[in-house]
Amino acid sequence: MLHGIRLEYFLILATLMFFVGVYGFLTRKNLITMLMSIELILNAVNINFVAFNKFLFPDKLEGHFFALIVIAVAAAEAAVAIAIIINIYRHFSNINVENVDEMKY
Amino acid sequence: MRLEDFLLMRHEMLLTLMVVIVLIMEIFMDDRHKRCIRPWTIGLFAAVTIIGFLPAPTGTLFGGMFQTSGMHLMMKNILNIGALIVFIQAAQWLKLDSNHNKISEFYILILSTLIGMNFMISSGDFLMFYLGLELASIPIAALAAYDTFSNKSSEAGIKFIFSSALSSGIMLYGLSMIYGTTGSVYFDQVGSVYTGTPLQVLAFIFFFAGMAFKISMVPFHLWTADVYEGAPVNVTSYLSVVSKGAAVFIFSIILVTVFRVIAPLWQNVIWVISVLTMTIGNLFAIRQNNIKRFLAFSSISQAGFILLGVIGGSTLGMASVVYYVLVYIFSNLGAFGVVAAISTATGGKENISDYDGLYKTNPGLSWTLTLALFSLAGIPPVAGFFGKFFLFTAVAEQGYYALLTIAVLNTIVSLYYYLLVVKAMFINKSDHPIAYFKSDGFTKLGLAICIAGLVVIGFASPIFEFIKSLSFGL
Repeated sequence: MLHGIRLEYFLILATLMFFVGVYGFLTRKNLITMLMSIELILNAVNINFVAFNKFLFPDKLEGHFFALIVIAVAAAEAAVAIAIIINIYRHFSNINVENVDEMKY
Repeated sequence: MRLEDFLLMRHEMLLTLMVVIVLIMEIFMDDRHKRCIRPWTIGLFAAVTIIGFLPAPTGTLFGGMFQTSGMHLMMKNILNIGALIVFIQAAQWLKLDSNHNKISEFYILILSTLIGMNFMISSGDFLMFYLGLELASIPIAALAAYDTFSNKSSEAGIKFIFSSALSSGIMLYGLSMIYGTTGSVYFDQVGSVYTGTPLQVLAFIFFFAGMAFKISMVPFHLWTADVYEGAPVNVTSYLSVVSKGAAVFIFSIILVTVFRVIAPLWQNVIWVISVLTMTIGNLFAIRQNNIKRFLAFSSISQAGFILLGVIGGSTLGMASVVYYVLVYIFSNLGAFGVVAAISTATGGKENISDYDGLYKTNPGLSWTLTLALFSLAGIPPVAGFFGKFFLFTAVAEQGYYALLTIAVLNTIVSLYYYLLVVKAMFINKSDHPIAYFKSDGFTKLGLAICIAGLVVIGFASPIFEFIKSLSFGL
């Protein structure tokens, strides 16, 4: 199955995904895209957990459990966030983050 | 495992039961009687709070995922008291016609976050900790956006959910590295293997950044003021005391159990962060005109003071943190209670300039707010002074004299802006002061509890002694 693919590659992939997510969160203007960036961050975490579990501690399953829980919680978070985004759309008639700036400083 | 072992989770089970009861009341009561949900929930929750004080067994559950001790129970009881006062103060606001259809939602969401906080405090491993943290923060986003027809409320909701999701993502990345380097997620096992290699220190920094968001330490504080201003007042008061208190509790527990080995490192980090938090919170509070925003920055600087107790990691330090949070609950909820009463009665007057001449028209509310602000500032006869005193003692005990000096200077600065509000109420003249209004029984009860707490806790030394006897440190 994973012959020849070493742990480092998974970690590099996860790190890249994490920072792509952070970069996307900070630069994107659309609220849905920002939400997608957060999902990227959480999936990077999942890759980390599963890879560590598979390669370093194969006799226990804590990393797998953690990844499963993170997936479930991310779904709940996305549900609440999207509900609020719909509400934002009703008030501001768009979901550009730069328009949601009634309160500052 | 026996059935009696579940009694260890008494707080959590009672709260879950409460959620179910409120849900059933919502389903089976017809629309005209929905308002009766308020007294019933408050009564039941008062009973739950009192039951929480009965002696309880201690131990661990689920192979160490859940742990409880005297200190954990004390923390949970403090959070229960805070939530109870919020419930009582919110009753008048929930009676408004615009909230009539969602009374039970408010209670269910707050009770869910309280369950999350209890599990978070009692967690014995990072998995349970993460679950509790998310259960404690996701419903708060829904609460912040509670006012469906207000732009600001939904703006507060989106700002809260995005910053909390990003911060927990960052924290999880740190947790994954901790798991990778130690091979466990249990606090005690991680604590015994954790040696402070560079990767583990990096993991700690990620974890610290995530927690700093929740406690709103500078430089991770930017969401605080916006969310506090936009959310309904009663949600803000819950967010500022109970939610922050729970995060501080588990933060200090994790620092002394898991990151014991790198204590000198995190003490340096907290030194810098607490100075920044106190100072920047204070400086920004001076220039605010919206009272909720003002209290938001004041709560940021209070978080800096709370960190003073965490820094030593000593028994006295943790006891003073818990005691300070208890005092902080009464003082901040006293202030927010008055703000909420005025905001509900006047239809949203929330500027400090609106409070000009309040003493002439509403002397009772003015005195309550004054007492609460004095307690936040730490002026002697009220409990806030003793809270600050114990924090400063804990810092001095560890020998951080420079930090102590900065903290005392910050206390003086904070005195200035708290007195600005008092001056507005008592001295400033106004052509159109807020007219006299009569609060209902719930608001009066809520404020009376806060005043009683402020006066009694300061003089009842057994409370601090009791907390200290339960406390643990490095």
